Amino acid sequence: MPTTQIAVTAMVNGLAVGLLLFIIAAGLSLIFGMMDVLNLAHGSLFLTGAYLAWWLGGEQQTWPSLARAVVAVIVVGAAAGGLLSLMTAPLSRRSHLEQALLTLGIALVAADILSALFGDDVHATEPPPGLGGTVVIAGWTYPRYRLVLIGVAALITVGVYWTIERTSMGALFRATVSDRDMVATTGVDPRLVRVGVFVLGSVLATVAGLLGAPIYHARPGLDTTILVLALVVVVVGGLGSIRGPLVAALLFGQIESVGRAVLPGLASFLLFGTLAAVLAVRPRGLFVLTSGARR
Amino acid sequence: MTAAARTDNTTHLRTRRAARTATVIAGPSLVLAAAPLYLAPYATTTLTRILIFGLLAASLDLLVGVVGLPSLGHAAFFGVGAYAAAWTAGHSTASPMALVVAVLAAAVVSLVAGSVAVRSSGVFFLMLTLAVGELMQQAADSWASVTGGSNGLYGVPAPSLWGHVVDQPATTYWYVLTFFVLGMVVLRLASTSSPGMVLRGVRDSEIRMRALGYPTTRVKLGAFVVAGAVAGLAGGLLAAQQRLVTPADVGFTTSALALLAVVIGGTGSWWGPCLGAALVIVIRDMLGASIDGHGPLALGLMFVLVVYLMPAGIARFRARRNVS
Repeated sequence: MPTTQIAVTAMVNGLAVGLLLFIIAAGLSLIFGMMDVLNLAHGSLFLTGAYLAWWLGGEQQTWPSLARAVVAVIVVGAAAGGLLSLMTAPLSRRSHLEQALLTLGIALVAADILSALFGDDVHATEPPPGLGGTVVIAGWTYPRYRLVLIGVAALITVGVYWTIERTSMGALFRATVSDRDMVATTGVDPRLVRVGVFVLGSVLATVAGLLGAPIYHARPGLDTTILVLALVVVVVGGLGSIRGPLVAALLFGQIESVGRAVLPGLASFLLFGTLAAVLAVRPRGLFVLTSGARR
Repeated sequence: MTAAARTDNTTHLRTRRAARTATVIAGPSLVLAAAPLYLAPYATTTLTRILIFGLLAASLDLLVGVVGLPSLGHAAFFGVGAYAAAWTAGHSTASPMALVVAVLAAAVVSLVAGSVAVRSSGVFFLMLTLAVGELMQQAADSWASVTGGSNGLYGVPAPSLWGHVVDQPATTYWYVLTFFVLGMVVLRLASTSSPGMVLRGVRDSEIRMRALGYPTTRVKLGAFVVAGAVAGLAGGLLAAQQRLVTPADVGFTTSALALLAVVIGGTGSWWGPCLGAALVIVIRDMLGASIDGHGPLALGLMFVLVVYLMPAGIARFRARRNVS
């Protein structure tokens, strides 16, 4: 394969990984940046979505099974988000360390339940007919599912961005970040906003799990891997913004994918090396929310 | 008060403090030293593991309890020590020299990692240390020629002292206990000496300490390196006891368990983290085996319960933080 084709493949792969990473990180960033809750159980939501995709579709998804899986991940994600919101509510005035310990405990319990339900095997699942296989564009061969993934993920990305930046619901979210008490005086219960943000963030994570299932394959340990990647994206992107994690996710997608093609075996070092480099230069991330009462 | 009397008084205080430290360390040490004479070999082995994990937790507590820097990647230095000791034992010497190599390697790595990490604080410190831990686990997984990859380093030779091989449960226990006490003394000195007082000052109000002219960043880095080096010692002991080092020993879960041990035991006290470590090891190794391998479930529930029901365990840390 000519060098240009390898480069194009790596960069398109990077785009797919980056967009998927953004969907995961956006949920984490919403919950962390807006509600100030460090949710270390976020990776478990992704893994739950991936297991649901396999459980409802088996090794070869069909269109009906995919539709069922979409409904299932949204319902389960919303329920899990509501539960997480309730569980972390008593800790809202306490330190990040305590929230980290609590959500870490939830992640351990979730991992144990998932492995009891689904075993310790790797569960690979293939996309439904029509989305699998490869496409050939101008002599360049590429897996079709990844192109579909780029399309769907881009739509979700635009949707999230638009919701947060352009709709009144997004304005309410941002207002709650800046001044919780002022939102309360307008007659909106900030606790409902809190539940809403948790539900949205958790649904994004389980949907990402469904989308990522054919690429990452549901397996024990994937929750931690994904969690750490999402945390890195959120930290590099800066807290409380949507643009920051988007830029960081796309950047990391490229670093991972191009890095894997150019320097195999060193890709993960590149990732954390970049993290260290960015934080050494800009300790608070690339994009920081300047307004608002962030501590 | 004359200068001579003041010196006298200071000396007296110092002697008394030293005597107290000696009693506090010697008493439990004697009880611990006699333990294998009364325990079954399996219990002795469990106690050995508790000592190792307790030393790791105590070294983490130097960061969490004394400096106020909660780290999510402390197992990185534990792992560096474990791999360094296992590699030295396998390729060069199984004498306590392997532990010296472990301590030095962990100190160097924590100096590099710490010089980036201590410049941040709060949640960014959590993230950066998490990243350091993940980086080390990746290194352990992919640098197969040195670390054995995902299989780990196995068949590590037992430690040898003057030609005598330390491979029985009881002798391994005493070997570990000796260095455990040494590590605890180092940690105790680091937190009660005058630099240790500076550390507490940094925890309570870094701005004030900086205004007083203390190089707070360098002080924090110093604590990070001491904590890393002692964690490396604990890692070296793990290699000697377990005779096997795997990437899991470096990873996130080990770091999280060490943090749990510190929080359960109560931060800022030197024996608290060891008790916490004992509880964690007992639940993971003994309870986990008896409830069909659901150790993680039990530990997870413990995390949740600790945060809800034992805010006092964490409260000391929180109350002090709120002063700033």
